[in-house]
Amino acid sequence: MSRLYTVDAQAVAAERAFRAIAILALVLPLCLLALLFGGTLIDGFSRLSFDFLSGFPSRRPEEAGILPALAGTMALMLLTAAMAIPVGVGAAIYLEEYAPPGKITTLIEVNIRNLAGVPSIIYGLLGLEVFVRSLQMDRSLIAGACTLALLLLPMVVMASREALRTVPRMYREAAWALGAEKWTGIRRVVLPMCLPGILTGVILSLARAIGETAPLITLGALTYVSFLPTSLKSAFTALPIQIFNWTSRPQAGFHVAAAAGIVVLLTMMLLLNATAIVLRMRLQKKVTW
Amino acid sequence: MSTEGASSYGDLPAVATDSPVGARNSMDRLYAPPALSERLIRAFLMFCAALSIGTTLGIIGVLFEETRAFFAQVPFSSFFGDTQWTPLFAEKHFGIWPLVGGTMLTTLIAMAVALPFGLTAAIYLSEFASATVRKWLKPALEILAGVPTVVYGYFALTMVTPLLQTLLPDLAAFNVLSAGLMMGIMILPVIASLSEDAIFAVPSSLREGALALGATKLSTVFRVVLPSAFSGIGAATILGVSRAIGETMIVAIAAGQQARLSLDPREGMQTMTAYIVQVSMGDTPTGTIEFHTIFAVGMMLFCMTMVLNLIAQHLRGRVLKGSL
Amino acid sequence: MVEPRMKVQGLKAWFGSSIALRDIDLDIADKQVTAIIGPSGCGKSTFVRCLNRMHEVTPNARAEGKVLLDGKDIYDPAVNPVALRRYVGMVFQKPNPFPTMSIRENVLAGLTLLGTRAKDESGLVERSLRQAALWEEVRGGLDRPGVSLSGGQQQRLCIARALAMEPEVLLMDEPCSALDPIATAKVEELILELRRRYTIVIVTHNMQQAQRVADTTAFFYMGSLVEHAATTKIFGNPTERRTADYVSGRFG
Repeated sequence: MSRLYTVDAQAVAAERAFRAIAILALVLPLCLLALLFGGTLIDGFSRLSFDFLSGFPSRRPEEAGILPALAGTMALMLLTAAMAIPVGVGAAIYLEEYAPPGKITTLIEVNIRNLAGVPSIIYGLLGLEVFVRSLQMDRSLIAGACTLALLLLPMVVMASREALRTVPRMYREAAWALGAEKWTGIRRVVLPMCLPGILTGVILSLARAIGETAPLITLGALTYVSFLPTSLKSAFTALPIQIFNWTSRPQAGFHVAAAAGIVVLLTMMLLLNATAIVLRMRLQKKVTW
Repeated sequence: MSTEGASSYGDLPAVATDSPVGARNSMDRLYAPPALSERLIRAFLMFCAALSIGTTLGIIGVLFEETRAFFAQVPFSSFFGDTQWTPLFAEKHFGIWPLVGGTMLTTLIAMAVALPFGLTAAIYLSEFASATVRKWLKPALEILAGVPTVVYGYFALTMVTPLLQTLLPDLAAFNVLSAGLMMGIMILPVIASLSEDAIFAVPSSLREGALALGATKLSTVFRVVLPSAFSGIGAATILGVSRAIGETMIVAIAAGQQARLSLDPREGMQTMTAYIVQVSMGDTPTGTIEFHTIFAVGMMLFCMTMVLNLIAQHLRGRVLKGSL
Repeated sequence: MVEPRMKVQGLKAWFGSSIALRDIDLDIADKQVTAIIGPSGCGKSTFVRCLNRMHEVTPNARAEGKVLLDGKDIYDPAVNPVALRRYVGMVFQKPNPFPTMSIRENVLAGLTLLGTRAKDESGLVERSLRQAALWEEVRGGLDRPGVSLSGGQQQRLCIARALAMEPEVLLMDEPCSALDPIATAKVEELILELRRRYTIVIVTHNMQQAQRVADTTAFFYMGSLVEHAATTKIFGNPTERRTADYVSGRFG
């Protein structure tokens, strides 16, 4: 038993070495990202002003503003959410609460998981052919919102299903045993219990959707828009497209404008994420069932 | 708790005189048909779920239809046999390989960054890190995974490329290297997060078994835990590759617009996604051969990512079954 | 002998392809407490869940046979099982007041779920809570969440919730198995009180409980009804050998 007290020096050293490497593997990319974000923020803040937020694009980089893009992104976000949330939550409710186990249900489930993995640019091609051309929506706000809604749908369905699954079955049974119809039980008992969870998932998905650039470009969203969207049929641009456009120009002045645009876009995303995190924390506190 | 005698509720107020349910003794509602509203709602919810099938059919239909139109004008042998891709030039060639090659090279560079870093981070997070570190890093990874890729594209073009040019003087302004590196950083959180889930799911009885035999922590992790999480890590890797292949904005911004079949990452090359963006940015009239090409390329992209996603799902399904 | 309120005739039930109940014939007497006892997995829970057609809400579960409630077969294809459950109330093993609702809302939940309102809501709340012997404990805080109560109080709240619907029959599926002895005593006392106006069927794995509250007791074993008789007979002088073995603690 003499070895009981000897420390295996080699093993200790190996573990220490691995820990050091692992921390390095975490810290290195994070440092690089911090550097990149930091540089962009510094560039961007120098350019950020009321005129930038309320201005229209311009050929002169120092005069270019972001208002049409900001308005476009806001409008897209509202329209997309209005379409994707009811349909996505509805599909989740069907799959979790109604769907009889069987081949068709499995097919729908596999299909939704696959849709979540389809590259976003493919949704752009779908939108171009179906919404822009066949349904003759042209390169309008509504065509963009419809496309983003399809892109958002699988994410909303999966997040909502996860939230619905957190409600224990006994509450559904309690409702049914009182003579509740299936939907009444879901609406009065199940949904109120998992609403914060659904909202958290939906907001996180929405935050991703507003950063999407590729599908909107494929649809043919404009990059130079000097007016605000006034109707669903308006031509539009969006923040990520404006950032892409400015980044693609050779003049350094436009790169600074792109940096300022990034600051605005990331701020919007962080606000959405923060909302979701606050909701999640409130939910975790309230879990007593 | 107060223990009351039966007397406190012994004299109950009269019931059943004004029954809330109504007609209590006849049970007349026993034969009432199911509510119509219930059936309508069910139908609506079913429609919502079926819409996802419609989306898939729409994607396949659109890609198939336009790809058919493309191959009506371009022979199959030229698409898969030619080594040049110049549909937008006067002298048109329709060989897909330069685009596939550009996609593969960026993906390879991205995975060379994301896999070692992501996997190490995952092992550290699940096996070594304290609960506090996990609590902070997991949401941070989640937020990073949500950063719009146009932002990463901006980083690659305006910061990473100039930085790399100080080290590699003959690096082109648009190049695969910096796009691939940035893409690797972008995919890293995805790989780390998915692998961490897989490693975390390994039952602790396995770890305890190995530790009880006197194995060190490190050999337990590498000889017992990682092999058990192999399927899950494989699924994470394949999903990462699928993400890289479908990633658009980083390469559209930083990798250039020249379809070139080459292995030199210092040059600019066009990926499949970047080509679709290039055509979409120009005002290509519908119905022309240039217009059809983006759908043919889209079809190629869709098929590649779909196969990878199905493999990843299959692997993950095995993980789920195994852990139950 | 009291006229039976429910008559079960040739009831069979399945989960998928495995059979859970084989040919059950049982009469449930009006305004009496019928206890269902037996070892775990013997089908006693399945049996009561067949009495309000809750068995079939489990995926792949089905039932066959006749269950007459006041002479009407509840397995008649014309019967709407949702409507049936308004006449046959149920209390579950684990107290499950709705977490998003207050005490008052929980009592009224049955009506809310029906999409109707009572004419005299506060009267109904008070009456139901009094019947469930909970009124004195909660009268000052009816707007507190239902889940803020203790386990035993929560279970009595669930009983009040079922009573507010004024059911013909009240089914209780091991209502005390999640409660401490004091809370259990309180619920048992309540059952004896409710027996005066309701027909009660109670599943229990606790034989002392069956002896304390039940008028008649039915012993189930492996999906079959072995014996149903007055509680004193089941525990004092059972006809069947298996019943005797079980109640004397030789197995189960």
